[in-house]
Amino acid sequence: MSSVKLTRMQSLKRNLANIKNGDLWYSFWRSPSAIFAMVIALVSILSAVFAPIISPYNPFDLAQVDLMDASLPPSWMAEGSENYFLGTDDQGRDLFSTILHGARLSLLVGFASVIISLVLGVGLGLISGYVGGRTDVIIMRIADVQLSFPAILIALLVDGIFRVALPKDLHDLLALYVIIVAIAISGWVQYARTVRSSVMAEKVKEYVQAGQVIGLPSFIIILRHILPNVMGPVLVIGTIHLALAIIIEATLSFLGVGLPPTTPSLGTLIRIGNEYLFSGEWWISLFPGIALVVLALSVNLLGDWLRDALNPKLR
Amino acid sequence: MSLLSIKNLKVEFPTRHGNFVAAENVDLEIEAGEILGIVGESGAGKSTIGNAIIGLLERPGRMAEGEIKLHGNRIDQLDEEMMRALRGNSIGMIFQDPLTSLNPVETIEAQLVETIMLHLKMDEAQAQKHAVEQLRQVDIPDPEIRIKQYPHQFSGGMRQRVVIALALCADPDFIIADEPTTALDVSVQAQILELMKGLCKKRNAGMILITHDMGVIAETADRVAVMYNGHIVEIGETAQILGAPNHEYTKSLISAVPRPDKRTDRFPLVTYIEAAEETADLVDLSTHWLGRSRDFGTSDSDMLNLKKLHMKFITRHAFFERNRLYLDAVKDVSFSIKSGEVFGLVGESGSGKSTIARMITGIYQPTGGEIHFAGTDLTQLKTANDVAPYRRQMQMVFQDPFSSLNGRMRVKDIVAEPIKFHRLAETNSECDEIVFDLLNVVGLGDKAAIKYPHEFSGGQRQRISIARALATRPRFLVCDEPTSALDVSIQAQILNLLKDLQEELNLTILFISHDLPVIRQMCDRVGVMRHGQLLEISKTEDLFENPSHEYTRELLSLMPRFEFASH
Repeated sequence: MSSVKLTRMQSLKRNLANIKNGDLWYSFWRSPSAIFAMVIALVSILSAVFAPIISPYNPFDLAQVDLMDASLPPSWMAEGSENYFLGTDDQGRDLFSTILHGARLSLLVGFASVIISLVLGVGLGLISGYVGGRTDVIIMRIADVQLSFPAILIALLVDGIFRVALPKDLHDLLALYVIIVAIAISGWVQYARTVRSSVMAEKVKEYVQAGQVIGLPSFIIILRHILPNVMGPVLVIGTIHLALAIIIEATLSFLGVGLPPTTPSLGTLIRIGNEYLFSGEWWISLFPGIALVVLALSVNLLGDWLRDALNPKLR
Repeated sequence: MSLLSIKNLKVEFPTRHGNFVAAENVDLEIEAGEILGIVGESGAGKSTIGNAIIGLLERPGRMAEGEIKLHGNRIDQLDEEMMRALRGNSIGMIFQDPLTSLNPVETIEAQLVETIMLHLKMDEAQAQKHAVEQLRQVDIPDPEIRIKQYPHQFSGGMRQRVVIALALCADPDFIIADEPTTALDVSVQAQILELMKGLCKKRNAGMILITHDMGVIAETADRVAVMYNGHIVEIGETAQILGAPNHEYTKSLISAVPRPDKRTDRFPLVTYIEAAEETADLVDLSTHWLGRSRDFGTSDSDMLNLKKLHMKFITRHAFFERNRLYLDAVKDVSFSIKSGEVFGLVGESGSGKSTIARMITGIYQPTGGEIHFAGTDLTQLKTANDVAPYRRQMQMVFQDPFSSLNGRMRVKDIVAEPIKFHRLAETNSECDEIVFDLLNVVGLGDKAAIKYPHEFSGGQRQRISIARALATRPRFLVCDEPTSALDVSIQAQILNLLKDLQEELNLTILFISHDLPVIRQMCDRVGVMRHGQLLEISKTEDLFENPSHEYTRELLSLMPRFEFASH
C-alpha cells in the first residue's frame, strides 16, 4: 500500500507545482489590476464574513441602538460623535457596522444566486448540447424568450409571484431566499447558452467517442468527461455574474422589493439614505454606495482578468 | 556567387522558460535554377528557415545570429518597408493551404492585378494582360474567363495553381514553397510538383521546397537538406541522400517510410526518434491478465460479419421529420472479418470508412442492415446491459491523439476507466497494477501514470490510446487512421507496436487508412471504398499486384513511389 500512498503524495506535489507553473498563476502576477482587485475583493469578503467580530456595534440588536443618536454625521465633522466613525442612520444604527453587515448580506445573496443559476444553467446547457434535437430546441427557445426581458424585470416578476403566493409576515421572513431565487432564475440563460455551445464542440471530439466505445452511459460521459472541459468559460461568467447579482440585489432593495429595513443590505441602506438626501444627511446613502461600487468593481475586474487569462487568443 | 546564401543562422523564440532555439548553425547555398528540398519531421525547424528568409518570423521569434544574402546583399537587416518591396519582387512565397491563402471575397483578377501593379509599376490594362498570361503559365484552362471568378469556384488543385501564379506574377528569382502539396490529393500533387519544377527551370529561379514527405523530395528536389531538432544533419544531392545516407537520422527516417512495393515484416527499429522503452518483456502476455479470457467466440468462425449495412445522416435539421434532408454515407456494405485477421479498409476522405467503424463500435446506430459480432446480431440487442459484454470485446484506436484523450484526467484514470466500469479487477490495487502493466506493454513505463495527457507527444498519446483500448481485454480492435496524424518515424513505431500486440494477443483488427503503403504493410485482406460503397475485397498481395476494379488501379497508379537504392 505504501507505493500507492507515495504516488498520492507525488501527485499532490505535482498538482501544486502545476498551479505554480501554470499560465493562470503567471498572468495573475503580471496583471496589476488583477492583484489590486483581488486585494480589495478579499478585504471586502473577509470583513463581510467576519462582520459580527470586527464591527463595533451589532445593528440588528435593538438594545444597542439609541434613537437619540439618529442621523449623526461622520466623526470628523463638527456635530459628529467619536463613537460613530461613519455616522449613524435614521434609526441611530452605526453606519460602519451596518455597511459591514449589509455587505455580508449582499455577498450572501450574490454567491447563493450565482451558485443556483450556475447549477441550473450548466445542467440545462449540458442536456441541451448533448441530447440535441427537440430537447435542445425547447430549452433554447425558453432561453430566448427569457433573454428578451431585462434581468431586473424577471427578478421583479419572480419576487411578485412569491409576494402573492406567501402571506405577508411569512414573506418578510423568507425575503432573503425569495430574492436569491429571483436573481438566480434571471441569470441561468448565460450559463446555459455558453455551456451548450461548448458541449456541442466537445461532444464530437474523439475522447467522448472513446467513452461511448467503452460503453459508458451518457450521464457518466457528460459529468466525468464533458463537464470538466466546459467549465473554463463558466467560471468567467460566474465571476462577472457575481458582480451583476450584487447590483441586482441592491437595485431590488433600492426599489423596496428586496431586503426589509430591519435587516438592511447595501441597497436597502442606499434607499433609506435617499429619503434623507435632500435634508442634508448625505452620508447615509453615500458610504453604502461607495462600498457597493468598490465591491462590484473589484469582482468585475477579477472577472475581466480571468476572461482574458483563459482566452487562448489573447495570450 | 550563389543566388541565396545563409550563414550560421540561429533563430530563437524567447519564452518565459528561457529561449527556445528553433534553428541553429544553419548554412545553405542555393543556385539559380536549383530546387533545394528541406525535409524533416514536425518541429525540426524547416518552416522557421523559410520564415526567417522573408522576415516573417512569428513574434516574439527573432534571428539571433547569422546572415542571409540574396545576390550577395544582406537582406536580414532591411527595414519593414524595403522588406515588403523585396517580398513578391525578388522572393515569392507559396503556402500550404490554398483554401486560406486567397481572399475569398475578391476575384482572382483583383488579387493578381493588385499585386502586379504594386510590384511591376504597370498600369491597370497592362497588369490585366500580364495576369492572364500568368494564369496561362500555370496551366489554368480558359484564363480569360477563369480570371473573373472567385476562389470558391476553383478546385483545391486549381486554387494552388492560382497561389503559385500569385507568387510568381512579379517574376521573383527566388521562391519559398512551404508544404505546397500537403493539403492536396495525390493525383493533384503530382501535377503541381511537375508545374513548379518546370517553372523553376524555365525562369531560372531558385527554390526552397519545405516538406515532410520523402516522396515529394524524391520527385522534385535537386539537392536535399535533412533537418533534425533545428540543425541540418546532412545535405547533398537528392539521389545520394535518399540512396546512401550517411547520417543515422537520415537512415532511420528513410527506413521508416512504409514501402509501397513489398511487404516487410517489421519496420527496422528506428533509432533517433523519441525515446520509447521497447514493449516490455517484463510482462509475459500469454499468462498475464491481458492474455486471459480467450473463451470468447469460436476461433475458426467469422469474428465480424456485416450484412447490407446502411447509414444515412441528416444534412438539414428540422423540427418536423418531413422537412429533414438526408445523405447516404454508407450504402449496403457487406463483408466479414475472420478471427485473428487484419482487415484493411481503404478509400479517400468521405468514402464512409470511418462511418462503418463508428457503426460497428456503437457510436452511430445504423439505419439499416445487420452487424454480426461473434455470431450475435448487435442491431437486435435492445438494452445497454445486453450489449455491454459485446462492447467490451471491441475497442477502438482513434485518429487524432490530441482530442482522443480527456485532457482533464490523469493517464492512470484514463486507462483505468474501462477496467473499473466493466469491473474487470477485484480491487483498486489490482486495477493499478494492470494499468502499470498496460503502460509498460505499450512502451511508456510506470511513471506515465500520474501525468496528464498534455505532457506527452503525439506518438506517446497514441500509445496511451492503445493502452486504453486494450484495457477491456478486447478480441477485436478497430483502428481508424491510427497514424495519419503522426510523423513517419513515429508512425513506424506505432505500426510496429500494433503488429506485435496483434500477434501476441491474437487480436482481430479492422484497420482503416487512406495510405496504401501502410495498408500493404499491415493488412491480410483489404476492402476498397468509394462514395459509401465497397468496390472490391481481396487479399492484400492480390490487390497490389492484380487490382480488379478500375478505381483501385487508379488509386495504385497515384501512389507516390520513390525509387532509391534498396535498404
